[in-house]
Amino acid sequence: MAARPQAAGPGPAAPAPAATGGRSGSWALMASELSVLFRRLRTWAMLAALAAVPILIATAVRLSSPVPPGRGPTFLDRISQNGLFVGMTALLVSVPLFLPLTVGVVAGDTIAGEANLGTLRYLLVAPAGRVRLLLIKYAAAAVFCLTATVTVAAVGALAGVALFPVGPVTLLSGDTIDAGESLLRSLLIAAYIAVSLLGLAAIGLAISTFTDIPVGAMAATVVLSVVSQVADNLPQLEWLHPWLFSHYWLDFADLLRQPISWTSFGENALLQGGYILAAGAIAYGRFTSKDVLS
Amino acid sequence: MSDTSGPAGPAIETNGLSKRFGRRSAVDSINLAVPRGSVFGFLGPNGSGKTTTIRLLLGLASATGGEVRVLGRQIPAGLASVLPEVGALVEGPAFYPFLSGAANLRRLDAADRHAPRNTRAARVEEALERVGLSHAAGKKVRAYSLGMKQRLGIANALLRPRELLVLDEPTNGLDPQGTREVRSLVRSLAAGGTTVFVSSHLLAEVEQMCTHVGVMSVGRLVAQGTLRELRAAGTARIMLRTPDVAAAARVLSGLGLQPEPAGVLQGADHGGQLSTSPPGHVVAPEDIVAALVAAGVRVQGFGVEDASLEERFVSLTGEGFDVAG
Repeated sequence: MAARPQAAGPGPAAPAPAATGGRSGSWALMASELSVLFRRLRTWAMLAALAAVPILIATAVRLSSPVPPGRGPTFLDRISQNGLFVGMTALLVSVPLFLPLTVGVVAGDTIAGEANLGTLRYLLVAPAGRVRLLLIKYAAAAVFCLTATVTVAAVGALAGVALFPVGPVTLLSGDTIDAGESLLRSLLIAAYIAVSLLGLAAIGLAISTFTDIPVGAMAATVVLSVVSQVADNLPQLEWLHPWLFSHYWLDFADLLRQPISWTSFGENALLQGGYILAAGAIAYGRFTSKDVLS
Repeated sequence: MSDTSGPAGPAIETNGLSKRFGRRSAVDSINLAVPRGSVFGFLGPNGSGKTTTIRLLLGLASATGGEVRVLGRQIPAGLASVLPEVGALVEGPAFYPFLSGAANLRRLDAADRHAPRNTRAARVEEALERVGLSHAAGKKVRAYSLGMKQRLGIANALLRPRELLVLDEPTNGLDPQGTREVRSLVRSLAAGGTTVFVSSHLLAEVEQMCTHVGVMSVGRLVAQGTLRELRAAGTARIMLRTPDVAAAARVLSGLGLQPEPAGVLQGADHGGQLSTSPPGHVVAPEDIVAALVAAGVRVQGFGVEDASLEERFVSLTGEGFDVAG
């Protein structure tokens, strides 16, 4: 309703170019954000460490005597018969600590890292826009979640194919699927775990808006992920379990049935969505009112 | 740049602007007025509130009191439309050490959604050229010297044509050659119509490139005006020693001077001292003495102290190395 008098002017402040330039401008910042993330040595070191997990598992199994069924992580005993289980085992092993650790580093660094470098003030003066910057930071962290899980799954598949025979896979439901479909299932599990990590990434982003010291935000995020998993194992806290963001982290077995049961995928996505909204609201409240003094 | 985008008026205007951190007042009710087209030197010792003021002007921190208008628009409400027209160097340069100089500039340029993408590479190249960094464009910032980072920071402020440049201590870490380059850069930008707001604790620097000056001390703006006004306020101060203080004061007032007792009364016989600073116009010292003698004032001592801007600055901000809290 209220007319903006300067809107008629042809100057650079006229809203017309703002409206048209906005969307492609945000893609440019997103591309820049991803390039900063993936040009860091640290990011590649973390991905390499994650890739080492399936390689280590495959090598160890290859070099040792056959694993008796029922010992070690689930699927471990099946690897020597079918290499396609390497990726699944590696994902299972990485969920409790390795993946949350890397996600904690990336998410905890989002705002605090820029504040620590001093680049935050230059991004805001550019101007990036506080809400826009927050959204793009989160989107980049989410891309990392997916990259990290897919890295484990993909390297696992390669290591499995290289070191072991590959054949049809018997699912938990007793059905058998061929190798191609089992790779698809691996990717599905990777996607499930990536979704699982989105809540943690949002928590890391929120913590990151409270400090100028990235290591502090990273540590706090990782500690929270451990606390959540410990609480999830205490029977005394059973009432709390369905609300913990790590509650469905290991419930991807449903994706190994025929037909696929999407129940846990949906419940997990809903829970993570709740955490994204809550942590996002905290991050928004804090970051839009924050004095940037670094 | 067209100037139709905002209403005319000062490039920067604050009204009772204040910022408190807990109980400490970092900026205390300042009224800045930076005319368009001026090169405004924002002077003050370390810790006097210059950088905090700049953060408030750019919307990085929120004021606890008062109002800010930049380029005619209210801050922080108008930040999104004001900031694209403002280039800034705030509290030293800051860059991603693992990216090259050019990549850093491209990143910060991409942060502004209105910055045209198709001209980005060319604008980055031009900005680097302007600050003499073309040869180091592909080098990682980690390998830059402090002076090179400072130049890169200035290049970032110049990525687009700006109406207002806010440069916080732009010559920090630069060698004499670099300092001269920055001065001539500021002059050429001002000649092109850009308003330049430059903070510094170096008087000589401000004297050489600014048209206007504001002086901060312990969070307060203690003086503001054109360079000439501020100099005039500090120059041609006369010191008069006489036993006939009252008569002398009358004579000086008659000459349009404003005598103020310097206070040191050294016994009844010695009389007292008077000092005065002629506002605006200058009366020749010999005329003052002649007038005094003609009026029968006994002159024991008479001296003219040519206070430099430096003395004026020290008199406004206090002496010594104490960093204002």
